[in-house]
Amino acid sequence: MLLRRCGTDALLVEVDSLTEVAAVRAALQGLDGIEELVPAARTVLVKGALHQAREVLKTVDLTKAPTTHPREITIPVTYDGPDLDLVADTAGVSREEVVKLHTGAIYEVAFCGFAPGFGYLTGLPRNLQQPRLDSPRTKVPQGSVGIAGEFTAAYPRATPGGWRLIGRTEITLFDPTAETPVLLQPGDQVRFVIA
Amino acid sequence: MSRSVTIIRTGPQALVQDLGRPGNAHLGVPPSGAVDAHSLKLANRLVGNHETAAGLEVLLGGLATRANASCTVAVTGPAVDVRIDGRLVDSHQPVHLGASATLEIGTPHTGLRTYVAFSGGVDVAKELGSRSTDLLSGIGPDPLRDNDVIELGTPNPASGADVVPPVHVLQTLVIPIRLGPRDDWFADAETQLRQGSWTVSDRSNRVGARLQGTKLNRRDGEIPSEGMITGAVQVPPDGQPVVFLNDHPTTGGYPVIGVVDCDHLRFLGQARPGTTVRFRPID
Repeated sequence: MLLRRCGTDALLVEVDSLTEVAAVRAALQGLDGIEELVPAARTVLVKGALHQAREVLKTVDLTKAPTTHPREITIPVTYDGPDLDLVADTAGVSREEVVKLHTGAIYEVAFCGFAPGFGYLTGLPRNLQQPRLDSPRTKVPQGSVGIAGEFTAAYPRATPGGWRLIGRTEITLFDPTAETPVLLQPGDQVRFVIA
Repeated sequence: MSRSVTIIRTGPQALVQDLGRPGNAHLGVPPSGAVDAHSLKLANRLVGNHETAAGLEVLLGGLATRANASCTVAVTGPAVDVRIDGRLVDSHQPVHLGASATLEIGTPHTGLRTYVAFSGGVDVAKELGSRSTDLLSGIGPDPLRDNDVIELGTPNPASGADVVPPVHVLQTLVIPIRLGPRDDWFADAETQLRQGSWTVSDRSNRVGARLQGTKLNRRDGEIPSEGMITGAVQVPPDGQPVVFLNDHPTTGGYPVIGVVDCDHLRFLGQARPGTTVRFRPID
């Protein structure tokens, strides 16, 4: 674990894996005075309460990712994405088996980024871990469900994107006027089911 | 009777801004809020509002509004000509805007952004706790358009005088910067920053002040996306730094060579294209 200075009131905590990211996030979550706590692929950015954060990080056990999840969320998906054949071919399985693999796994929101409510979910079966498209789409429709590398995600709104799209969901992932504006938050457990 | 003002014309850009929605970066939501929060807070105090009330952030002047009910207004930021029904009045002072009177804001003498506070504050619906328009992610009200009517909240009694020097934006900015978190991507980051010289690009916006000039030499490659804070100086492969302002993305994959001292960030946010920028690394 490496602590990198980020101005006067923030620290970038650099670790080696998503499991360690989850451990650091869980250890720091809820500390008094923290203004921002932003997990990412190999880092956790913490703004505010730096003294307490440094103390907590001295004793954090990086091997222990949190086993409890604040929330469990189910996302219904219609599996008719434009890249479903490509994904099946790459994985060497049928379209039906892609659906079975994707709905059979249990995922966790590792972090959010790219756009409000865009959660990067880990837990993707190995043969669905596939590269991005060679040429990104200029517009991925809202609700599209895709895979890229070790992650799967659902697009909260129409944006450009290079993920391989396997389906779509009608569920609202981001609504800035709602009391809980973002459906998926770091640490949440997620399952996909056939709509 | 409801209190409101009508936007007669917006000028190049007029946005509703308060102090933004910090604390949501883990959801992918930028902080947003007034780029020069100092000036917005002053404007609010002058008209008896809480500092957190929403006002207007006006880019390069040109705004004209008509009051639909009597209110108090204050215009802050850089020095600027303010007229009510064609008569010159003071900026950086509370002034009375009678029902159906017209307020016009000229082009600021220096700088970019002026702030207008109305007594009672701009009352649009909050999104994620803030009324700010976030131009990156489209949260909050749309940018104002001609003929929009904006509602005002309930005014407080005025809270007395304030000392309000206009923001004066210099032609050359020397900006304190703290190295890190990714200064190890650069050969002698401190010297490169100290010796370089840049100008503010006309591609700058509320996402970032884009600088052009000395190329900062960095390693090739990208970092797995990591959290970004306001004031971070990100360096893309072309070596031309971008200083993140209020509508910055919450994560990014280019190395951050340093972070601008937050007290000085508003001067960059007020710097017109062509302004010279130098960095002064500090501990």
